[in-house]
Amino acid sequence: MTSLSPSSGAPRRRSRRRFNSAYLFVAPSVVLIAVFIAEPILQSAWMSLHDWTIGSADNPFTGLANYRSLWQDSRFWNALRVTAIYTAAVTVGQVVLGLAIASRLRRTTWYSSLLRTAYFFPFVASLVVVGIVWKFLLDPQVGLIDAWLGDLGVSNPPQWLQSTSLALPTVIAVGIWKNVGFTMIVLLAGMQQVPADLYEAAMLDGAGPWRRFTAVTLPALRPALLFTTLIATITGLQLFDLVFAMTGGGPVFSTESVVMYLYEKGFVEFQMGYASAIAWVLFIIILAVSAVQLRVARNRDGD
Amino acid sequence: MATSELTSPRAAAGRRNGRPPALRSGGPRRLARIAGRLGAGVSWLVVVVGAAAIVLPFLWMLGVGFRTSGDLYADPARLWPDQWTLHGVRAVLDQLPFTRLIVNTFVFAGGTTVLLLLFDSMTAFALARLRFRGRNALFVLILATLMVPFQVTLVPVFLTIYHFGWLNSYQGLIIPRATSALGIFLLRQFFQQLPRELDEAARIDGANDFTVYWRIILPNAKPILATLFIIQFAALWNDFLWPLVISSQTRMQTLPAALTLFSSQSGVDHSALMAGAAISLTPLAIAFLLLQRYFVQGVATTGIK
Repeated sequence: MTSLSPSSGAPRRRSRRRFNSAYLFVAPSVVLIAVFIAEPILQSAWMSLHDWTIGSADNPFTGLANYRSLWQDSRFWNALRVTAIYTAAVTVGQVVLGLAIASRLRRTTWYSSLLRTAYFFPFVASLVVVGIVWKFLLDPQVGLIDAWLGDLGVSNPPQWLQSTSLALPTVIAVGIWKNVGFTMIVLLAGMQQVPADLYEAAMLDGAGPWRRFTAVTLPALRPALLFTTLIATITGLQLFDLVFAMTGGGPVFSTESVVMYLYEKGFVEFQMGYASAIAWVLFIIILAVSAVQLRVARNRDGD
Repeated sequence: MATSELTSPRAAAGRRNGRPPALRSGGPRRLARIAGRLGAGVSWLVVVVGAAAIVLPFLWMLGVGFRTSGDLYADPARLWPDQWTLHGVRAVLDQLPFTRLIVNTFVFAGGTTVLLLLFDSMTAFALARLRFRGRNALFVLILATLMVPFQVTLVPVFLTIYHFGWLNSYQGLIIPRATSALGIFLLRQFFQQLPRELDEAARIDGANDFTVYWRIILPNAKPILATLFIIQFAALWNDFLWPLVISSQTRMQTLPAALTLFSSQSGVDHSALMAGAAISLTPLAIAFLLLQRYFVQGVATTGIK
C-alpha cells in the first residue's frame, strides 16, 4: 500500500506513482479474470481435445474425436433440437407479447403502473421457484389447473409434463410467462424516448393508431427490440434451470436441453472432455446466432 | 391490404382513424369508432386477464404453503386454504436445514455482490481515469470474455476449485464470481461520463489516486452502484447451476439448489416445499416492491436476468 503514502510531493514524481497505483486498482479483477475466466476458456478448449474423465488414470489426447462423437450423438442432436425450438418460440413469444403489452400500458396511470408491476414481478423470482410452482400447479393430483379443468367438465385433462409431445410446449409457455415482463420493461423504456411531437405530426397527417404504431413506434424501438431479441436468444440457448426444476429433461429426453446434457456428461458422468466439447459447440452457436441477428439489424438500419 | 393503401398520405388523410375499408359500409365513422372502442376494451380485458395469470401462481404458492397436505388433496381446486396453518413452515424447517440454507444464500449473494462491486469499480476507475501500460489490452480482454458463455468455463473452474480444496465452501462459491466483465464495462462507461474537473480539483488539493476513487468517483456513482448491487444480488440469490456444481453437501447449498433437489423427491411434502419457495422469494419480492425503480433501471441498462 505504498501508493497510499501522502502524495503532496512534487508533481513530477507523481506520474511514476500513478503508474504504480493503477496496477493495484486493477490487480484483484485481473487475477480473478485470469484464474477463473481467461485461463479456463483456454483450458476448456484444450480439454475438449482429450478423453478427460475424472477418476481415470490418464487423459489421452484424442484430437477432434469428442467433436466427431458429438456429430454422431443422437442424444446431443435431440438436445440441440429441443434448445432451438425453445429459444425460437420463447424469443418470438416474449418479444411479440411484450410489445403488445407495453404498447397497451404505455401511458402512466395508477392502473397501468399496477399492471406493469404485476407483469414484471416474475422477474425477481428464480427460474427454479417458477419451475417448481408450475410443476405442481400442473400436477394431476394437487394442481390447480387440472382441478379447475375438472370443475369445467374436462374429465381427461392433458398430461402437461408427463406427455412427450406436450412437455416442451408447456415449458415454453412457462418460459414466456416468466420473461414477458422483462421485455415489456425494456420496450417501455424505449417508448418513453420517442419524442411526443412525432406522434402529433403523424396524427396531423391523419395516421390512425395502427399506422402510428408501425410508422413511429416500431422504428424508434428498433434498438430496444434488437436488445431484447439478443438477450432472449442468448439466455434461451443456455436453457437449464427451468427444465431441471420442471421435468429433469424428461419424459424420455423430450425436454433435455444442451446445457442439461452438458451438466449430465460433466457433473454426473464426469466426462469432462466431452462436456467441454459440448460447451464449445454451444459457444459457437451463440456467437453465430448473435452475429446473424446483429447483421440483419444493421442491414435494416441501412435502408 | 389496409396498410398498402395507407402508404399514400392522401389516402391516409381521408380516413382519420385509419380503419380498414370493410368497416365503412354503414355509417362508416360511427361504426369505426364503436369498433375502436370495442377493440380497446377487448385488449384491456386481455391485458388484465394476463396480469391475473401472472399473479395467480404466486398466490397459489402462498396458499399451499399455509395449508396442510391433506387439505390440498381434499380440494385442489381451492386457491386459498380453509384454515391457515404454519404446518408448511414448520415442516420445511424440519425436513431441510432451512435456516442454514438462508444464511448460505445471503452470504453467497451478499458477499459476492460486495466484492464484485468493489473490484469492478476499482478496475473501471483505473480504466477510465488512470494511465498505465496495457490499459487498452486489458479492456479488450475484458470485452472478449464478455462474449464467452458461463458454461464454457464451468468445467475447468470446477476442477480448479476441486484442486484448491474449495468445493463446499464459501470461498469456493464467492471468489470465482467476485468480478464480472459486464460490471467493469458498465462502470467504466459511467465513470467516463463524470466531469474530469472533479478529479482535477481534488488533485490540486493534494488528493492521490485512492482518495479520488474513494471520495470523488464512488460518491458520484451512487445511482449506478445501487442499481448494479440490486441486479447482481438478485441474479446471485436466484443462481442455480453454479451453486449446484460447487456445493453438493446439503449444509453448504443455497436455496434454489436445495429446493429443486427437495422438490424432486418422491412423496414430497407440498406445503413444506411451497412454504420454502415462498420464503426464498420474500427478500427479493420486498426489495422489488420498495425499489422497483432500480430494478427497472438495471434491466433497461444491463439486461441481466
